[in-house]
Amino acid sequence: MSAPTHSGAGVETEAAEPIVELADVAFGYTATPVVEDVSIRIDPGEYVAVVGPNGSGKSTLLKLALGLVRPDEGDARLFGEPAHRFDAGERVGYVAQRAGASDEMPITVREVVKMGRFPHVGFGRLSKRDWEIVDDALATVGMAAFADRRVTRLSGGQRQRAFIARALAGEADLLVLDEPTVGVDAESVEAFYDLLAALNDDGITVVLIEHDLTAVTDHAERVVCLNREVYFDGPTVAFVESDALARAFGTAAALVGERR
Amino acid sequence: MIETLAVPLQSGLVDAAVAPAYWLLELWYGLLTQLYYLTGLELLDPTYRFMHRAILMGLCIGVMAPLIGTFLVHRQLALIGDALAHTAFAGVAIGLFLNAAFDFGVSPYLTAVVVAVVAALLIELISEATDAYNDVSMAIVLSTGFALGSTLISINAGGLAVGVNQYLFGNLSTVSPSDAVVLLALFVVIVATVAVTRNQLLYVTFDETAAAVSGISVEWYNRVMVMLTALVVVGAMQIMGVILVAAMLVVPVAGATQLSRSFTESIFVSVALAELAVLIGIGAAYYGGATGGPVIVLVAVAIYVVAVALGRLQTALGEETTPELGAIDGESAEAPSD
Repeated sequence: MSAPTHSGAGVETEAAEPIVELADVAFGYTATPVVEDVSIRIDPGEYVAVVGPNGSGKSTLLKLALGLVRPDEGDARLFGEPAHRFDAGERVGYVAQRAGASDEMPITVREVVKMGRFPHVGFGRLSKRDWEIVDDALATVGMAAFADRRVTRLSGGQRQRAFIARALAGEADLLVLDEPTVGVDAESVEAFYDLLAALNDDGITVVLIEHDLTAVTDHAERVVCLNREVYFDGPTVAFVESDALARAFGTAAALVGERR
Repeated sequence: MIETLAVPLQSGLVDAAVAPAYWLLELWYGLLTQLYYLTGLELLDPTYRFMHRAILMGLCIGVMAPLIGTFLVHRQLALIGDALAHTAFAGVAIGLFLNAAFDFGVSPYLTAVVVAVVAALLIELISEATDAYNDVSMAIVLSTGFALGSTLISINAGGLAVGVNQYLFGNLSTVSPSDAVVLLALFVVIVATVAVTRNQLLYVTFDETAAAVSGISVEWYNRVMVMLTALVVVGAMQIMGVILVAAMLVVPVAGATQLSRSFTESIFVSVALAELAVLIGIGAAYYGGATGGPVIVLVAVAIYVVAVALGRLQTALGEETTPELGAIDGESAEAPSD
């Protein structure tokens, strides 16, 4: 990986325009801040995992980075623009734990992947070229045979692949995933991480929230450990050796660590 | 506001603007008259022009109600149609009240459009502020609308109380040419808006957060959606009635969900099911001497039950073999564009 290794302790590395840049960000839905004093810079090509206990502000951190909420204090930038004003939506692919639509909604895998082209076509129709990109994305994630299946009838792993394909169809530079492997069987999780690694090798920046610490240490290059504040930010190897986990999770985490 | 709406409506300018709609109406009469001579159906007798208009309106409702309903149902917002219908009833009452008290001569459907659209925006703004569409605020809007409507009508009791059933339950025989023209205008606005914004509406319906990330203004499209719902509800109210109008937004869509695989397919199937319900319902109501709206709803529910059975049968018979999951093709994974 040619991207600069992150040195953790706030030392700025000069590189291309950072993809995500949070500077002294604080945010709370109420008076109590959910995240505080958070400064993170993510450069092109990085593979970053955000870990932390439940309610530690991981999802909020992603929302801040994506401009879905505005920081109470500090500055959140996405591709160099203030995140809330960022409107080149096609550069970002977002995969959530599960989509909000009802389980009964009839919609095919291809129709979901097609949405990746919407930021490119606006009110217009998809051109032949757009459809080719959609079908290529489906082939890339190995879901071509499932193109006409109802998304809501797929297994968890297949569904997540479809959502990745949507991000690919959008030709995103940044892939943001919020606990993508919840409810996905172990075998599919492996395949899923292989896919992420392949995409990252091709230069796509990957940022994910993951509760499974084994998966994080096996795959991510950089770990941000969060519990309201950043407890650790640096290479995965250093994270494993540090006591950040225990500090961030408290005593309960020690048990989690042992079990694994 | 209502005053300013009422005055130009009677001016010649507007007459000129809606002239094409009246021309279309004439065309429709001619078409159904031809059909009458072909089929001999008493229902289509050219002396019953009101039936010609009722059928035209029913067909329009059969397109626009499930079209909007498809987006609402899959966001679990089916109740909003009901809430808006009841506030539209308040709008009707305001119109009737103004006509009786001040001799305005404004169509109650126009005041209903205004009130329902305002209520729709209110519901949407409340939900944006509180970050959730909640049952409670919907129920409050619904009851307030209905209570306001009933109060205004009771104040004006007498002549007014007679006319109210038509709004509560709908009426096939009271559709005036100008009502039909209003509905045609609503129909054009609704179908055109959905046709233009279909991509955005689909994305917001399926995955609100991802839609927001991709740069779609979710709040804006939610507002468009509730306003369209208000327009559909008022348009359909005339035949379906306040109490049952929401059924047309929900029941055909629920049926289509059982039978369709893709979203596009589900829209067309729900429209087809709704049209079937409208035509059978109007026919049955005419020959059975019943009120149109309730019969249409009963037919729609019967169609829904059949759709559920067919859907089950489809799943049982066509248990598809699971295709092989393809290998992940890391090599050709798309590199970021520029």
